[in-house]
Amino acid sequence: MVSGIGCSSRAPGYVDFNTLHTTHGRALPFATGIKLAKPEMTVIVVTGDGDATAIGGNHLIHAARRNLDLTVVLFNNSTYGMTSGQYSPTTPTGAFGTTAPYGNAEQPFDICNLAEAAGATYVARGTTYHAKVLPNLIEKAISNKGFSLVETITQCPIYFGRMNKIGNSVEMMKWQKEHAVTKKQAETMSPEELADKFIIGELCHKTKPDYCELYDRIIEKAQASIK
Amino acid sequence: MSGNIKLMQGNEACAEGAIKAGCRFFAGYPITPSSEVAEILARRLPQVGGKFIQMEDEIASMAAVCGASLAGVKSMTATSGPGFSLKQENLGYASFTEIPCVVVNVMRGGPSTGSPTSPAQGDVMQARWGTHGDHPIIVLSCSSVKDMYELTIRSFNLSERFRVPVILLSDEIVAHMRERVDVGALESLEIFNRVKPACPPEEYQPYEASPETDVPPMANFGEGYRYHITGLTHDESGFTTQKPHKVAELHERLHRKIENHKDEIIETRNYYLDDAQIAVFAYGSTARSALRAVREARNRGIKAGLIQPVTIWPFPDDLVHQVASQVDAFIVPEMNLGMMVREVERAAHGQAEVIGQSLVTWELFTPAQVLSKIEEVFNWVTSGSTSDSKPSRTSGALAAATE
Repeated sequence: MVSGIGCSSRAPGYVDFNTLHTTHGRALPFATGIKLAKPEMTVIVVTGDGDATAIGGNHLIHAARRNLDLTVVLFNNSTYGMTSGQYSPTTPTGAFGTTAPYGNAEQPFDICNLAEAAGATYVARGTTYHAKVLPNLIEKAISNKGFSLVETITQCPIYFGRMNKIGNSVEMMKWQKEHAVTKKQAETMSPEELADKFIIGELCHKTKPDYCELYDRIIEKAQASIK
Repeated sequence: MSGNIKLMQGNEACAEGAIKAGCRFFAGYPITPSSEVAEILARRLPQVGGKFIQMEDEIASMAAVCGASLAGVKSMTATSGPGFSLKQENLGYASFTEIPCVVVNVMRGGPSTGSPTSPAQGDVMQARWGTHGDHPIIVLSCSSVKDMYELTIRSFNLSERFRVPVILLSDEIVAHMRERVDVGALESLEIFNRVKPACPPEEYQPYEASPETDVPPMANFGEGYRYHITGLTHDESGFTTQKPHKVAELHERLHRKIENHKDEIIETRNYYLDDAQIAVFAYGSTARSALRAVREARNRGIKAGLIQPVTIWPFPDDLVHQVASQVDAFIVPEMNLGMMVREVERAAHGQAEVIGQSLVTWELFTPAQVLSKIEEVFNWVTSGSTSDSKPSRTSGALAAATE
């Protein structure tokens, strides 16, 4: 398990795997090196919204484009929690942060759309409230041979919750419950009804050759060329 | 005679040397004048079952190299000044978490985009101090195509031996010129591989080192030894600590593992030093012009000698200190405005005069330029070394332009 820097990225310290806590934003390229060196290893990247879509945004789209067989579990709490509440690429427009004292002027990323557009072959979204669904999504992501991303909406009651007057962690999880809709539910809803909602569950699952498989063919070609 | 003499380009020799050293992973990003290393390894690595990847940027390349090395595959990247700057954060990570890897920096004129197709020696300090914080590092310097083959292998050996990133410095001329290399004669070079733990996984402390070596045995990821690595300050267990004595222990061990093994790491090529009155201290391609100049000076009756450091970091303090007690003056020609000259001054410790010679036209030093400085310094020291007539740091080219 490989991580970058931030609250999310402390997770590898709690599991009994080979764990690598790297530099800010760079978990994916570290993981890329591990996967290419030992394709038989299952490599999971734990990252956050700031880590993966701001400082590491370039790595996210390129790892997805390569369809490298990695599973990204991205904790999205809409803020830089570790550094105490600055706005991130997923902070909603108008929301407050320590660096957005008058409300955020920027537009947030939809991480799942971003990953799918960049070439990910498995994309799903869950929340900490829907805790029973999450392991299932992560399991499917790991079993997908290709680039998988599970965005997990998490709460940061200390900074994001407090600064935006959403309340404590229970109230924030209640917010998750009230704003999450399934793909099926979303199909029957109007754009107005969907405006402040987000879709959870599996959002994309397709089959494409993964990078290591394609590179193995390169090795075959290269070795045939010198025979 | 081996019968395997090849005409090789410097960057090609580096790529072939890497393969010979056992490198099976390269991650890089295109940059002049190092791109041929990547291009050649893109073709060569899959032939030997290795992997090449062109990453999305320089930062990612350095990260991927660290990841692959942790999984047990010898890894390298190659770049030039601007890219080398971008690699610094993860280079520091490799140094602090003790990941063996090799970073080739083919120096070009800088700062900034500078002169991408010209040689320079402006990164010698960046190679030592480019990343933040105190950190161990080893830096070697190439002056020939043969060096690019041989020193690439030595870089891998040192990185595996000391679990430290090794930086191999070259420059645009050495990297792009073609020379004969007796590859057969280099066949027998010893290849060193990282020491693995002798204990079972449950007893493994990833950052526990014996006091003799100060280098912890390294278990590769995926081989049954499950442990944690972090760029946070850590103790023997690999997990973070803020205990003051543990913090100091780590930093001191990292320093000691290089400092206590300087004899093994430092390599210099010494020419005509025994009776030298003037010593030239020159590295990289400059050392070649300097050697010719020293020989020419000897023909003219000046007792000149040359120290060519192959290892520039750690700096060969002891040798410079000892030579300083014997010579009247050092001359330090370099393609920058005076970087290593300060180290020579420090190590000479006032025992001899130290005179820099800078060339920042991003052209090679000619032997004539170094020779004229040797003659100037010789005349000055033999006429009493008066401070008002002390030779300046002016480069030969600048002097010629003013004439």
